[in-house]
Amino acid sequence: MDMHEIEDKLSDKLTMNRRTVLKCVATWAGTGVVWALVGGVPRAFAANAAGAMAAAEAGASTFNFVQISDSHVGFNKAANPEPLKTLQLAIDRINAVPAKPSFILHTGDITHLSKAEEFDTAAQVLKGLPYPIHYVPGEHDTLDEGGGKLFLERYGKGTKGNGWYSFDDHGVHFVALVNVFNLEAGHEAKLGADQLKWLADDLSAVSSSTPLVVFTHIPLWTVYEPWGWGTEDGEQAIAMLRRFGSVTVLHGHIHQVIQKVEGNITFHTARGTAYPQPEPGKAPSPGPMLVPPDQLRSYLGLTSISMVQGGHTLALTDSTLV
Amino acid sequence: MVILNRLMPTLCLLLVLMAAGIAHADTSPAAPTIQIEEYKYVPDTLTIPAGTKVTWVNKDQVPHTIVASDKTFRSAALDTDENYSNTFTKPGTYQYFCTLHPEMVGTIVVTDEK
Repeated sequence: MDMHEIEDKLSDKLTMNRRTVLKCVATWAGTGVVWALVGGVPRAFAANAAGAMAAAEAGASTFNFVQISDSHVGFNKAANPEPLKTLQLAIDRINAVPAKPSFILHTGDITHLSKAEEFDTAAQVLKGLPYPIHYVPGEHDTLDEGGGKLFLERYGKGTKGNGWYSFDDHGVHFVALVNVFNLEAGHEAKLGADQLKWLADDLSAVSSSTPLVVFTHIPLWTVYEPWGWGTEDGEQAIAMLRRFGSVTVLHGHIHQVIQKVEGNITFHTARGTAYPQPEPGKAPSPGPMLVPPDQLRSYLGLTSISMVQGGHTLALTDSTLV
Repeated sequence: MVILNRLMPTLCLLLVLMAAGIAHADTSPAAPTIQIEEYKYVPDTLTIPAGTKVTWVNKDQVPHTIVASDKTFRSAALDTDENYSNTFTKPGTYQYFCTLHPEMVGTIVVTDEK
């Protein structure tokens, strides 16, 4: 038996255990452990108070970035009358961490009603983050008369179609996908043929050993169909990701952390900074979930991602605003 | 008392009519209202004669829209308690949905004017 055969056999044996372990991890929120996939097997690292990896690897220089999502600037209902306050808390938290992020990803629903003043206010507040911010729109960012024109005017420069693009940083290939346009009655969100064609083309130039990070608003896989928490043609994009050795797919939209691992692909949804939503099926609708005011911040948060430079392992840490 | 006995049937009829009026979510059949609540259009199917004005009211804590699949009518984003109206002049079946939450679908069936 050669090394590969042995590895395959071990991998099969480990699959069951890995799945069980990761099922438990998926229900954790904001605890002091960082899970990283090292060669396809999860390893736990203690997290320090700031939520970063405290293992020996942390001593080596790391590449860090942060995902925030669903700021819903303009929302003012009971679930959180002041989303600007909680957005500022997230910004303060990011700025307080010693390991500075190289940039921020915002996975959409920047505004609540796509009003010009909401976009203005969001931009103003987000200036408090002295890092580049890469955006993808949420469906709440397409409500203007132009159906997303305001978003694209501000954040569409250099993007294709309705705002998709890719870039490279620290040896990682980042892909921004857009799945909040051209929605149809009774259908889940979709990426559309043009975007899928672009994606295939874009990835054809990327080697399988390059770590890949894909970020988009609505979950690419179906989290819960009755609430529209999925992308109809998401599987077509996922199929293109399977040949890569390390893939991390980051999403927003559902205002809670859900994680799924499939082979080399980690799918992860982030908390938002505006208001909580119920878990799938635990309420009649996915409307804002009212929680006691002193608990609100424990339902809101951000995701920190780090990678040892030159490595392939991306570690995701979710933290809340408490 | 004699007077009350005579008035009783009329009073009862009045009370029944009033109760019937209050029980309907619609304002009146001539100008019906569709409530948007818990991510649903209530009622999700409405049959009306041509020339009827339909009003949608959003009772949810998030915005919703009303957009015809055949693009013949389209609301702006309605926040809580905001409303949108459309007068249907042409007979036909009109499917509409919410562009924020496309799993929300409704139908207006417009019959010939009476």
